[in-house]
Amino acid sequence: MEYPYAVEMLNITKRFPGIVANDNITLQLKKGEIHALLGENGAGKSTLMSVLFGLYSPEEGVIKKDGQVVEIKDPNDANALGIGMVHQHFKLVECFSVLDNIIMGVEPCKHGFLQKGEAREKVLALSEKYGLHVDPDALVEDITVGMQQRTEILKMLYRDNEILIFDEPTAVLTPQEIKELMQIMKNLAAEGKSILFISHKLNEIMEVADRCSVLRKGKYIGTVEIKNTTREELSRMMVGRDVEFVVHKEPAKPGKTILEVEGMTVASKSHDNNAVKGVSFQARAGEIVCIAGIDGNGQTELVYGLTGLEPLKEGKITLEGQDITHASIRRRSTMGMSHIPEDRHKHGLVLDYTLEDNMVLQRYFEPQFVNSAGFLKRKAIREYAAKLIGQYDVRSGQGPVTVARSMSGGNQQKAIIAREIDKNPELLIAVQPTRGLDVGAIEYIHRQIVAQRDAGKAVLLVSLELDEVMALSDRILVMYEGEIVGELDPKATTVEELGLYMAGAKREGK
Amino acid sequence: MKKEKTSLLRNGAVQSLLASLLCILIGLVVGYVALLVINPAGAGEAILTIIKNFMTYSKSTAQLKYLGSTLVKTAPLLMCSLSVLFAYKAGLFNIGAAGQYVAGVGASLYCALAWGMPWYVCLLAAIVAGALLGAVSGLLKAYCNVNEVISCIMLNWISLYLVNMLLSTVKEEASPYTLTLSSTNPGAIMPSLGLGALFSKNQYVTVAIPLAILVAVVVWVILEKTKLGYELRATGCNKFAAKYCGMKEKENLILTMAISGALASMGAALLYLTGFEQWQCTQSAVPAMGFNGIAAAFLGGLNPLGSILSSYFIQHITNGGAYVDKTMYSAQISDFISALIIYLCGFVLFFKVTLNGYLDRRDEKRKRAEQTAQEGGDAE
Ligand SMILES: Nc1ncnc2c1ncn2[C@@H]1O[C@H](COP(=O)(O)OP(=O)(O)OP(=O)(O)O)[C@@H](O)[C@H]1O
Ligand SMILES: [Mg+2]
Repeated sequence: MEYPYAVEMLNITKRFPGIVANDNITLQLKKGEIHALLGENGAGKSTLMSVLFGLYSPEEGVIKKDGQVVEIKDPNDANALGIGMVHQHFKLVECFSVLDNIIMGVEPCKHGFLQKGEAREKVLALSEKYGLHVDPDALVEDITVGMQQRTEILKMLYRDNEILIFDEPTAVLTPQEIKELMQIMKNLAAEGKSILFISHKLNEIMEVADRCSVLRKGKYIGTVEIKNTTREELSRMMVGRDVEFVVHKEPAKPGKTILEVEGMTVASKSHDNNAVKGVSFQARAGEIVCIAGIDGNGQTELVYGLTGLEPLKEGKITLEGQDITHASIRRRSTMGMSHIPEDRHKHGLVLDYTLEDNMVLQRYFEPQFVNSAGFLKRKAIREYAAKLIGQYDVRSGQGPVTVARSMSGGNQQKAIIAREIDKNPELLIAVQPTRGLDVGAIEYIHRQIVAQRDAGKAVLLVSLELDEVMALSDRILVMYEGEIVGELDPKATTVEELGLYMAGAKREGK
Repeated sequence: MKKEKTSLLRNGAVQSLLASLLCILIGLVVGYVALLVINPAGAGEAILTIIKNFMTYSKSTAQLKYLGSTLVKTAPLLMCSLSVLFAYKAGLFNIGAAGQYVAGVGASLYCALAWGMPWYVCLLAAIVAGALLGAVSGLLKAYCNVNEVISCIMLNWISLYLVNMLLSTVKEEASPYTLTLSSTNPGAIMPSLGLGALFSKNQYVTVAIPLAILVAVVVWVILEKTKLGYELRATGCNKFAAKYCGMKEKENLILTMAISGALASMGAALLYLTGFEQWQCTQSAVPAMGFNGIAAAFLGGLNPLGSILSSYFIQHITNGGAYVDKTMYSAQISDFISALIIYLCGFVLFFKVTLNGYLDRRDEKRKRAEQTAQEGGDAE
């Protein structure tokens, strides 16, 4: 009989300063299966996959390919063994075209000259075969995250990889794109490729995976067959307790208007048309207003306009009765606006700063953290950071002095949320706040957002996830092509109706 | 015991130091090989001469005196490296340190020679001139989106010729050199406060040297301990995040370039106000001091305190080069050797990364070996 396992990672241990990221973990990947990897933020999933991909060398343990012990010292070795990886935070060269990114490192050459023609054909053939639509000539910096993701997948397929690692591929995708990706993964597995799939979304795992291995705090908990398990059991294995998937909240008691937007128009970076077209709405104290819509319909620019990252072309913004249309970002922030940004690496964090320095990014200038001579109060900063770390369960190797770059994606996100909520804002603007968080953390963050509302704050939530929209919001505004096309009451509407508005098939008053 | 050694090697500062030392060593070896190729007879001696610098003198009084001279020129180099480093921390590449240095020469000498001002006014004038020049690059970048490297290179030349013109009004009649401070305005010479006496009466050793070191410490404190440093470094690491949290991008950019410019031009004043050198008004090349500041900054691991050591070292070999036997090697050989070492300083980061990779592999091997030993033990 053929050897059943494509790859085995046996007794892997990987330590980082202050933490054992992988503690004696064993993972066996069968040929042609989709194997999910589940675990809390910081459980060590990305680390384990990086070990397999040759980015880290483990202190202990062996890796076997087709039953043979192999040594993977760097990604080139991994590639030679047919192992490919799509990273949690993509690794593409922004100013290169999609095609150049795909062939990078394995460029077909003749006499030292690039033969891009061949490469292009192969890429187009692959893209056709698997339904991975990309524009080979577009620059990576100009394309959507969805297309970047497809580029990463094509990169693996172009190298004829047999073992494909997907590290949280769905965190940045829209529901539609997720559906497509699931189908692609199934097709690849049906062709005999073996897939390792990391996700925090249990229904995705239930849908595509054959088996699921669970990690907790660096330790291996167990592996289960998906057909014999449930969402609840998986989350219990992962967090060690029962997780509530429903958000409990009392009916909203909206008070005075906190945010008032009139006729807001914001230019688009990518096309001549305006990204936000004359939008007007309000957010009141004690309510969660949700902006729903398919990615790319102006939500990003709407938030940029509100927070001051982009200027308005037209319109007026009022925060608690004061005109802030032309106010600086700092002024908006000190007036009580908090912003959980969409892109945690671009805006949310200074990755080379420590966790504590990131925790005070919005308030380092306050007298409690800096004295009148301009010196930072290191002790106060550390104590404050330690308090937030405890409260929001931000896990890292060395606590406040951990460099943010070395933290796991979900814990980076938790740090940002902690910082923005603890600022005690009047208006909390949260864009995809739970992106990349584990179910336990999502439960906690959702409770915090509701608590903000109950404390009489206004919350503006931008989310692509319909479940989150339906669970949290008191009022839903649907954005389509830069306009608000409908205002819905989550209690009186259905996901289907919401979907129609989002797709532009239905709109109010017309 | 073993464990402690590993952790020491992994320490960032130790690594920077090791990498810098390695660069220096390789630079010297390559320099030695080059000397061998040019003239095998004197290579060994020449390289020793360069390393020895003032130690070539047998009398200790002479040694002290020429150590003093090396220090006199270390002060401006240190200031230039601080200038480059300060801008670099905020994400800017100040290649204009050279031009700002020239502006400092112009302002300080003109104040001293044409207006007869005391030294502290001249020093202040130099600082202001450099700050203004730096601010111009900052303004151009902030409001016209002109890359600072381009504007700095242009401004280097502009300031060189402007200063040549300006100082031509205060030059000696028979030579292209500016008037000496000692004959025209002794009050513009920085006080020695008895420091000169320590170095066998080297009259050029003045407060300039401790002042430069003090500035290095101040720069370190500003960058690491203050709100301004926090903002500037954040901007340098991730300007999008800096904008997101409301830091004033443009103001900070201009301020950074102004401070950076002031540091370089202050360096010029610290040299020229000792009377050590006169400016040659027909000069057609921007002085190398500002560019060497780039090398010193990187060799010093981009740490202000490291800059003190690296600046001294670069100045040490540059001065040492002057003693090389000119009958065997051409006069440029000293510049050549120091240039080689300076060039290799660029590899500091590379060596750091390689060192880390090596440590990782070594640790891994040791673990493996321990494990097999244990397993062997278990089997028995
Ligand atoms: N390069 C590194 N240096 C130091 N510590 C690291 C490094 N990479 C990861 N860690 C630490 O190892 C632990 C595991 O991180 P990892 O990224 O594997 O988590 P994860 O399971 O992928 O979490 P998430 O779901 O949040 O992505 C974290 O506590 C993290 O702080
Ligand atoms: Mg991860």
